[in-house]
Amino acid sequence: MSANRRLSYSLAINEALHQCMAADKDVFLIGQGVKSPWYVGNTAQGLLKRFGEKRVIDTPVSENAMTGAAVGAAIAGMRAVIEHPRVDFMLYAIDPIINEAANWHYMSGGRSNCPVVIWGIINRGGEQAAQHSQALHAMFAHIPGLKVVMPSTPYDAKGLMVAAIRDNNPVVFLDDRWLYRDEEAVPTKIFSVPIGKAAVRRRGKDLTIVACSYMARESVKAAAELAKQGVDAEVIDLRSVKPLDKAAILRSVKKTGRLLIADGGWKSFGISAEICAVVAEAGVKLKRPPVRLCLPDCPAPASMSLEKVYYKHCADIVKSTQKLLK
Amino acid sequence: MRRIRECEESLVEPINKGEVRTPCHLYSGQEAVAAGILACFKAKDNVFGTHRSHGHFLAKGGTMRQILAEIFCRETGCAKGRGGSMHLVDPEKGMLGAAPIVGGTISLALGAALAAHIRGNKAVSAAFFGDGATGEGAIYESLNFAALHKLPMLFVCENNLYATHMPIRACRNNDCIARIAEPFNIKTFRIDGNDVLEVLKAAEEAVALCRAGKGPVFIECLTYRLRGHVGPDDAIQGIHTDIRPAEELSAWREKDPIVRFEKYLLAGQLLSLKELAAIKRKVQAEVADALAFARRSPRPAPRDLEKYVCK
Repeated sequence: MSANRRLSYSLAINEALHQCMAADKDVFLIGQGVKSPWYVGNTAQGLLKRFGEKRVIDTPVSENAMTGAAVGAAIAGMRAVIEHPRVDFMLYAIDPIINEAANWHYMSGGRSNCPVVIWGIINRGGEQAAQHSQALHAMFAHIPGLKVVMPSTPYDAKGLMVAAIRDNNPVVFLDDRWLYRDEEAVPTKIFSVPIGKAAVRRRGKDLTIVACSYMARESVKAAAELAKQGVDAEVIDLRSVKPLDKAAILRSVKKTGRLLIADGGWKSFGISAEICAVVAEAGVKLKRPPVRLCLPDCPAPASMSLEKVYYKHCADIVKSTQKLLK
Repeated sequence: MRRIRECEESLVEPINKGEVRTPCHLYSGQEAVAAGILACFKAKDNVFGTHRSHGHFLAKGGTMRQILAEIFCRETGCAKGRGGSMHLVDPEKGMLGAAPIVGGTISLALGAALAAHIRGNKAVSAAFFGDGATGEGAIYESLNFAALHKLPMLFVCENNLYATHMPIRACRNNDCIARIAEPFNIKTFRIDGNDVLEVLKAAEEAVALCRAGKGPVFIECLTYRLRGHVGPDDAIQGIHTDIRPAEELSAWREKDPIVRFEKYLLAGQLLSLKELAAIKRKVQAEVADALAFARRSPRPAPRDLEKYVCK
């Protein structure tokens, strides 16, 4: 069963937590709603029963101090996972994340470090409006000292959570509720996916689509659509936003000469701009100007009629490639 | 206390000459707090400090050479010249760090206490902070969580009556800070922070409670800084910004914790004048050695700029 055992994205995260906590007694989980599927789906199921209340800690609504406590425990030698049921709520914790965790190793001259996983769940759609929907990966990726990972598949969800927990630095782990029910074969044993390495999801010669998280999954679907139209697209799934696998992007773009970036974040000053800059600085000659498919510079709306034009999916990716292929 | 005082006062001239540029928030006048509290701490116990943490670093076992080299921003400093005066750290000694975001390290100390709680190793953690930090929300979140889980943590408020330039009554409607812990059912002390024996007594009781699983404890230490908020006299940009009344300053000079403790030692015939003078000379020699060490130490090499961003 082990080779072909299928697992959902959310249960892959759950398995990573189970295995890491079993393997290392310094690993613990703290966060709002870890006792409640309402907050975290089934990602935390069974943990409390197996590891007890000292290592699986549901918290008062105090994002700032709870994140600081995770950071402080990590500095004191633990491996902490602090969970935020929505990225939006994490904004109360920007001080411990950016001022403290990200800077800690540097400002101690390497004497001290902070192995904390800051796990934020992106939870969009459903007419939830602007404060229940934000994806802020670009903001965290801007900060020296933070790593940012965004798995798009169950395999990576498990492997990147394990890698994040084992990493000696603060890692922002952002998952997406839109992916929670995706299933695929995931090894039962513990394994990690290297942080900072992109995955080529589909090889192709006509154009490169760079994406991460939900948009990477949609890009794979879009590439299949494009294949039916005779277009051979290559899909690069970043997996890690920071460190950014520049080599993987450049290798692909040099081959295809056409670049589409599909990002679930806002367009301005986001990762799509960064990727364009990486390609421009490397002097890669493109056959067409790059195309960016991102969220418009607009807060998330509530009404379904507006959500429909706000969020981007497979069909939008297919449509966006037209400009590149003219 | 004497080591802290001599360290701090040795910095006045280097700061005024521009030899030391990192912002130094001198601890002169508040020594009894760090010395009294940390006399009860063991090596496994942890401390997080603030921008004004020279005293915490030394009282937790950090060396004079490492602190002064760091303040001179040299490669031989405790943070290899990357942290400066406000980021003193010595993990092996349990000085887990200091940082100048006001109130920012309180939750980090909460985390160290949580780590001890999970491990069951009876280590105690202390957050030192000033009266100004009680304006931050994270302290109330931390008090609640520490009380909820009975964490082995000391909240040590060094109430020196000023948040930078703001007198306490301009910041708070109630100047009794200890009362902020009461709604959380936390054992609280409000003590004379310039009396090292009183601090020691409260700390002994507080640490014992923490080790017995009856933490956390809140200790408000009433004290006063004899120097400026930053630098010797808050005149670093040519404008004298220390607005504290001269009579207030001189009244607090009368309560100098070191003078008071020396009087106590002399009155009880515990130490003689000669012995006190010998201690002072010895400490001054230690400081002179550390200053010379700092001055002759190299600054970090430019090629190492990006070292230590990630581990």
